[in-house]
Amino acid sequence: MIHPVNSLTRLGRGTLFLLKVLAGIPQLFVRFGLVTKQMYSVGVQTLLIILVAGLFVGMVLALQLHYTLSTFGAEDTLGLLVDLALVRELGPVVAALLFAGRAGSALTAEIGLMKATEQLSGLEMMAVDPVERIIAPRFLAGFLSLPLLAAIFSAVGILGGYMVGVDFLGVDSGAFWSQIQAKVDFYDDVMNGVIKSIVFGFIVSWIAVFEGYDCLPTSEGVASATTRTVVNSSLAVLGMDFVLTAIMFN
Amino acid sequence: MAQPLVQIRNLHFARGDKIIFDGVDMDIQAGRITAVMGPSGTGKTTLLKLIGGQLIPDQGEIIVDGQNVHRLKRADLYRLRKKMGMLFQSGALLTDLSVFENIAYPLREHTNLSDSMIRSMVLIKLQAVGLSTAHGLMPSELSGGMARRVALARALALDPMMIMYDEPFTGQDPISLGVLVKLIRDTNHALKLTSILVSHDVTETLSIADDVTIISEGKLVAHGTRDEIMHSESPWVRQFVDGEADGPVPFHYPGDSIEHQLMQEVK
Repeated sequence: MIHPVNSLTRLGRGTLFLLKVLAGIPQLFVRFGLVTKQMYSVGVQTLLIILVAGLFVGMVLALQLHYTLSTFGAEDTLGLLVDLALVRELGPVVAALLFAGRAGSALTAEIGLMKATEQLSGLEMMAVDPVERIIAPRFLAGFLSLPLLAAIFSAVGILGGYMVGVDFLGVDSGAFWSQIQAKVDFYDDVMNGVIKSIVFGFIVSWIAVFEGYDCLPTSEGVASATTRTVVNSSLAVLGMDFVLTAIMFN
Repeated sequence: MAQPLVQIRNLHFARGDKIIFDGVDMDIQAGRITAVMGPSGTGKTTLLKLIGGQLIPDQGEIIVDGQNVHRLKRADLYRLRKKMGMLFQSGALLTDLSVFENIAYPLREHTNLSDSMIRSMVLIKLQAVGLSTAHGLMPSELSGGMARRVALARALALDPMMIMYDEPFTGQDPISLGVLVKLIRDTNHALKLTSILVSHDVTETLSIADDVTIISEGKLVAHGTRDEIMHSESPWVRQFVDGEADGPVPFHYPGDSIEHQLMQEVK
């Protein structure tokens, strides 16, 4: 059962931990190799699942929307609706959920196992701060990777929507792209989506590294921390999405 | 006698309700191998973490090389830790780095040595533990004994003044055991280190220790030179050193008598 005092204590510990992580980030600019190495495992290795999921989400969106729009004879707006759905909502949110499942859980497990096998203690005894050398690069890599992955998700999704809408269902190609060009606002639609993915990247990366660092150093502790990362970051992304949408789109 | 390298005064430490140390005083002399022994779960590893400043005592102080470990600022604590090597029970090697890179890690972090100098130093350290040809292996390719030897080479990388060994003999085959015993003894004497050896392997530990401290149930039970401990007549020390099943530490876990428990079952 969730105890409110325990939850508040954890939130406090998590916030203090976040401050330590943020304090370690300036050092990474002179050791950016640590971040790029992590961006490979956190970002590049999540790329495949993002590409496949983005393609299918775009294709399903086109199918569903075409079915409804055709009853009103409004198939020409298919491109616009697919684009808005992806750029405003589905791109940032679904990419963040996939990122939490693929990269967030891996981050937690890796850090948790480093704790369980005394690697973090070993670094401390070598006078190396594990928060600076291990945690901060992973946090920054996650934070930088998610907005890029969300952008790729949306782009591939639009291509999937184009494939189904234009190539299979016969929507006019010019109408598909011109509606997007005419109606999608760069700041209101695209930038708001980017801001969402930046916020989600921050939240998921924070939860993932904190759960790993704070877990009990046992097999069971690492397993439950990994589960908590996926559950908590998914819920946090969905909750924060509502808040951000309410603020951005009144 | 010279000033002890490590002085522990009135140490109190608890985890929740469980008292680990209840007013422990101890001195560890420079240049000697001091064994800290006691039954499993008695807080031997915790003691090393307290000395290294990874844990904070509830009360009391630990002075290492004239500095109160728990009053130091972080930068000063890290400066002190560079002079303290620690060999963890698991080895604690970084699993994503090769043997070579593991030993080079503290050198790259704390010195501005050139790559060729680092390479030479790493190979010398590895040669000292008999593994210079294993520098390209990954930690997952090492046996338990090899991993501890690599960890010892890493602990020696910065030429510390003292090394803390956490259960170095646990789970080792007789050959690895012999190698580790030889390495700890030879390293200590050749480099004039101070070694703190935490273990409950009586035979191996007593074969190399100069001083022995036995702790149990939060208290220091015995302290003296190896000969004093080996010839001690204290029933507690005798039970521990001779490995007797029953004695001051009872065979039966404290609690209700078996008769009482059986009667409760019947009711």
